[in-house]
Amino acid sequence: MADDLKEQKPAGKGAALIDGVLKEVKNLKEKALDDVQSLKKPQKTQLFKSIFRVTHDEKPRNRALGILSNVFLHLHPAKINRDAVAYNYTWGMGGVTFYLFIVLTFTGVLLMFYYHPSKVQAFRDILYLEHDVPFGKLLRNMHRWAAHLMIITVWLHMFRVFLTGSYKKPREFNWMVGVILMLLTMLLSFTGYLLPDDQLGFWAVTVGTNMARATPLLGHEGPLGPELGMTAFNDVRFALLGGSIVDSNALLRAYIWHCIAIPLIAGIFMAVHFWRVRKDGGISGPAPVMLESEIKEPRRF
Amino acid sequence: MDWVQLWEITTLPDNVPIVLLILVIPFYAWYGLRQAFANDRLIDSLEADPEMAKTHHRKTQPWKPGWAREIQVWPYLLRMEFLVAIIVTFILMVWSITLDAPLEEPANPSLTMNPAKAPWYFLGLQEMLVYFDPWMAGVVLPTLILVGLMVIPYMDSNPLGNGYYTYKQRKFAIWAFCFGFIVLWLSMVVIGTFIRGPGWIWFWPGQTWDHNKLIFEANRDLPDMFGITSMLGKSLFGAVVVGLFALVTALGVHKLFTWNAFNRKIYNRMSLIQYLLLQFFLVTMMLLPAKMVARLVFRIKYVWVTPWFNI
Repeated sequence: MADDLKEQKPAGKGAALIDGVLKEVKNLKEKALDDVQSLKKPQKTQLFKSIFRVTHDEKPRNRALGILSNVFLHLHPAKINRDAVAYNYTWGMGGVTFYLFIVLTFTGVLLMFYYHPSKVQAFRDILYLEHDVPFGKLLRNMHRWAAHLMIITVWLHMFRVFLTGSYKKPREFNWMVGVILMLLTMLLSFTGYLLPDDQLGFWAVTVGTNMARATPLLGHEGPLGPELGMTAFNDVRFALLGGSIVDSNALLRAYIWHCIAIPLIAGIFMAVHFWRVRKDGGISGPAPVMLESEIKEPRRF
Repeated sequence: MDWVQLWEITTLPDNVPIVLLILVIPFYAWYGLRQAFANDRLIDSLEADPEMAKTHHRKTQPWKPGWAREIQVWPYLLRMEFLVAIIVTFILMVWSITLDAPLEEPANPSLTMNPAKAPWYFLGLQEMLVYFDPWMAGVVLPTLILVGLMVIPYMDSNPLGNGYYTYKQRKFAIWAFCFGFIVLWLSMVVIGTFIRGPGWIWFWPGQTWDHNKLIFEANRDLPDMFGITSMLGKSLFGAVVVGLFALVTALGVHKLFTWNAFNRKIYNRMSLIQYLLLQFFLVTMMLLPAKMVARLVFRIKYVWVTPWFNI
């Protein structure tokens, strides 16, 4: 009897438990099915909505919002002049320059993992990079050729902006910012030249910084420099090199200018440059041609 | 002819960008001017027919009524940018796989490289060192180049040619810029790379770079050629010569700048400051070719000798 009771009691409880479990399983199954359904429509999920805010369908409104609500793309306007996307007007040189800057930042940060800016280590690090680091040679090559290419694209960008007269009103200021960015690009490349600490970089930088000796007023060999008390140990060249010869201090200074200071300064100028492209009315053309008879009289003060 | 050496200089890894530049600059100059001439033809036809100018589409790009004037950035611009990024990455990859960045021996201050050259984009400045003292070539002129570039928008009072390629409406501006950029800057880079050998001596392309070559050039100062010996005399004489040069060049610039009726119209729009700035920068720019001719053809080192500086 006791055994029977013992068997029945659990059986009665067991059935209820099984029912409960089954119900729960059915419930879970429905939820799981819901989740599977949501996988088929990722754009409806909370995750997607929280990241992208707008659906990516072909409605003009959503295409515009896709640009405007994205931090990386929002420097673009939502719509542009239909002729401006043709390659023949802009040559794409400004964009390529910026892309090369990104490539250089990326490869440059990777190179920094393997490089010590000291006279003892620097040259050996380059050898290590070339012979032992996986893809190290490719990394260094890409950094160097991207730098050279960037100088060419900067010059071509300036050439295009001049030929299209894009520096004219209202973009005068942005042209000035662009000239400074060109200078910064060349300085970036120049400071990077010394870093391998080989003969090529050493003598290039020696030749380059020797000119600073001759700075008028501020160099010890420049006009009126000695009269102002300039010597090889306190003039502008000394400040650039951190010494009177190209040595370990010069290497460290070149490194810090190259990896930190100039990229930061260039980043600020780039932000202004891109911002002003938009604020000055976007890309300059291709604009409708103007005729000589349509020139307005200049304003007088 | 030393073709092997010419090939060696051309294929030196750090010189490959210059070879690229030599190919790419003429291409883009042609590419831009071709559009400029197309626009000029459009401008001619519109100016010939004022009625047509009121209604005709003012671009050389195709246009049909009903076409949207603006297009969406996504996808029409972004896909272009993406494509260009891929192409640039591809070019860079191929370039980096096929050509190694140069690495010489460890830096050695007691072993001078001959020729010791600056990076190629600064070779223009290094080449200028032949014609000017370092304070001019290395400091003053580069500063003036940068400042001169920056003030271009403020000197250029020509309202035409804003946002489209044109040659006809901006002849003077285009000639002046191309002269500075291509003739003075880029050709100096090319000279510094291909022509200047050991000792910074002029070697024609194909001439062997002889490390033992010595040139006994008797470079003279202009005052010495006129037999002026006193420092005061030299200073005054140099000031007069440089002043005369500035005057003659400024008159030449003025003559070119007011060449035709349209140019004179633009000239009349300029303020006095604009005109003086333009003259200052163009005359300074012309110092370089003048000094190049004086040095390379007449072997004159200094024109103006003073106790403090020489030009």
